[in-house]
Amino acid sequence: MERKTPGMLGRARAVGLNKRADRRVGEAVIGTLLLLCALVSVVTTVAVVYSIAEETFQFFREVSVVEFFTSRVWTPLFENQNFGIAPLVLGTLMVTSIACVIGLPLGLGAAIYLAEFAGDRTRRTVTPILEVLAGIPTVALGYFALLFVTPVIRDLIPGVNLFNPLSAGFVMAFLILPTVTSISVDSLRAVPRSLREAGYGLGASKFELITRVVVPAALSGIIASFILAISRAIGETMIVTLASGGRPNFTFDPRQEMATMTAFIVQAGTGDQAAGSLGARSLYAVAAVLFTITLVLNILSQQVVRRFSEKYE
Amino acid sequence: MTTPTVSTEPNTRANTHVGAKPFDLSQPSVRTAPVSDEHAVVSIKDFNLWYGNFQALHHVSLNIPKNQVTALIGASGCGKSTLLRAINRMNDLIPIVKTDGTITYEGVDLYDRAVDPVEVRRRVGMVFQKPNPFPKSVFDNVAFGPRLNAYKGDLNALVEKSLKRAALWEEVKDKLKGSGLGLSGGQQQRLCIARAMATEPDIILMDEPTSALDPMSTDRIEGLIHEIKEHYTVVIVTHNMQQAGRVSDRTAFMHLGVLIEEGPTDQIFTNPKHEMTERYVEGRFG
Repeated sequence: MERKTPGMLGRARAVGLNKRADRRVGEAVIGTLLLLCALVSVVTTVAVVYSIAEETFQFFREVSVVEFFTSRVWTPLFENQNFGIAPLVLGTLMVTSIACVIGLPLGLGAAIYLAEFAGDRTRRTVTPILEVLAGIPTVALGYFALLFVTPVIRDLIPGVNLFNPLSAGFVMAFLILPTVTSISVDSLRAVPRSLREAGYGLGASKFELITRVVVPAALSGIIASFILAISRAIGETMIVTLASGGRPNFTFDPRQEMATMTAFIVQAGTGDQAAGSLGARSLYAVAAVLFTITLVLNILSQQVVRRFSEKYE
Repeated sequence: MTTPTVSTEPNTRANTHVGAKPFDLSQPSVRTAPVSDEHAVVSIKDFNLWYGNFQALHHVSLNIPKNQVTALIGASGCGKSTLLRAINRMNDLIPIVKTDGTITYEGVDLYDRAVDPVEVRRRVGMVFQKPNPFPKSVFDNVAFGPRLNAYKGDLNALVEKSLKRAALWEEVKDKLKGSGLGLSGGQQQRLCIARAMATEPDIILMDEPTSALDPMSTDRIEGLIHEIKEHYTVVIVTHNMQQAGRVSDRTAFMHLGVLIEEGPTDQIFTNPKHEMTERYVEGRFG
């Protein structure tokens, strides 16, 4: 602890150890500025959540919660309004599932290759390419799905609508692939050398080592990457708006046009709904559901990552 | 200020850097009561090993007798761990390693192209410096090797037998499903020994198995080494000369990648023939 001794200030000055007022003021100013930077994001988040919650609350004063979650028809922008969110949730789940079935195994496979098999040069070449993939604007991916992938799918599979979740899900798989790969590579490479030596020392081949030691040890990191990828797929907007269409459709047939929650929000937001109308408010109700789902998934992935970081010792 | 003391001894530390020639590398190793080829389970003959351009082992020849404990001693960087890891081809995991000479086990040169290093490691178990249990249950740790080999017998019995031989059974029999990482350091190392024994190897290599443990745990593991040599041939690398004296039947002393002297442990410690061995076991360097 510091204490005060008479005459010490003069002695400290003489040898240049005295406290300097200008430095203290400068540091206080910088500290305050940085605090403001941090506060901006907090305030924005609170404001967004508040406005969604407020509008959603107003929405549910007019629409029953039971109808919202049980009805299978969603037509809030039509004359004959129906408020069942099920078709939108189903559309989102359909596209997300297709994206995951393709994207998660592909991403994990690429991660295992990069972490365990690829040489340093390959890794240094492939990793930036993956990052480029992550950087392609989703609107470009959406048009790619609509103009290139959809015609191919329609040639291969009969009865596919021009707008369909197959094409959107397929292209979205490549959007989530870099997320899965980069996080999984990190967690695979974090498995300590001592565990690998233990496995090899017991007579594991490289493949056995990967499947029985490395992947299980990195599992929580891999699961976290999956959850983040799913969360990203659920919130993705442009690909589904362009390629999967805007007509809510309660169906399990992926050849049909299916609107997702995000696609509806775009539709409602760009339409001519009067502010404060029930149609406009339905947008916020959907946004609230979407926000809740992705928030839960993000919290879940953080929990998984926390478990992961305590793992080896 | 104190003035640095000037040693009248030859400065052996200065000789440990690469390229220095403290002695003639080609002089033959001194051997007392050498183990004949018929009594050796592993026979190392004129073995050389390089990490890239650096030669870590020079013309090492050593016969390792069956069901005995052989200790490899020497200062840091003398090549004793490298030699140990050569016996189960763990050095293969480092891409820049090159070798010549032979290590023969049951009449087979382990470095022949026809030999699969994975199979070698199933027959020659290894215990590492730091306990390294898998982040799996105690049971799954021990069962790891047998499962790799698609073990046909009673896995529960094998796990129990291995844990008993590692003197760990009484402590873990009620928490076989608990994580191996939940055990104390000494228990973890005994778990690793049990894990190595469960693959039913002929030889167990131990790379400074007690250097990360407290004296009590060290004592238990040393006692264990004494007991398991009834079933296995043990080769142990140790920094600790008292430990080599306590646990081993034969001792090999290495310096700068050269096998200087080998013989029965009591001979090496009480009556070393080579001047460098004498200096090392008296604790004058290393």
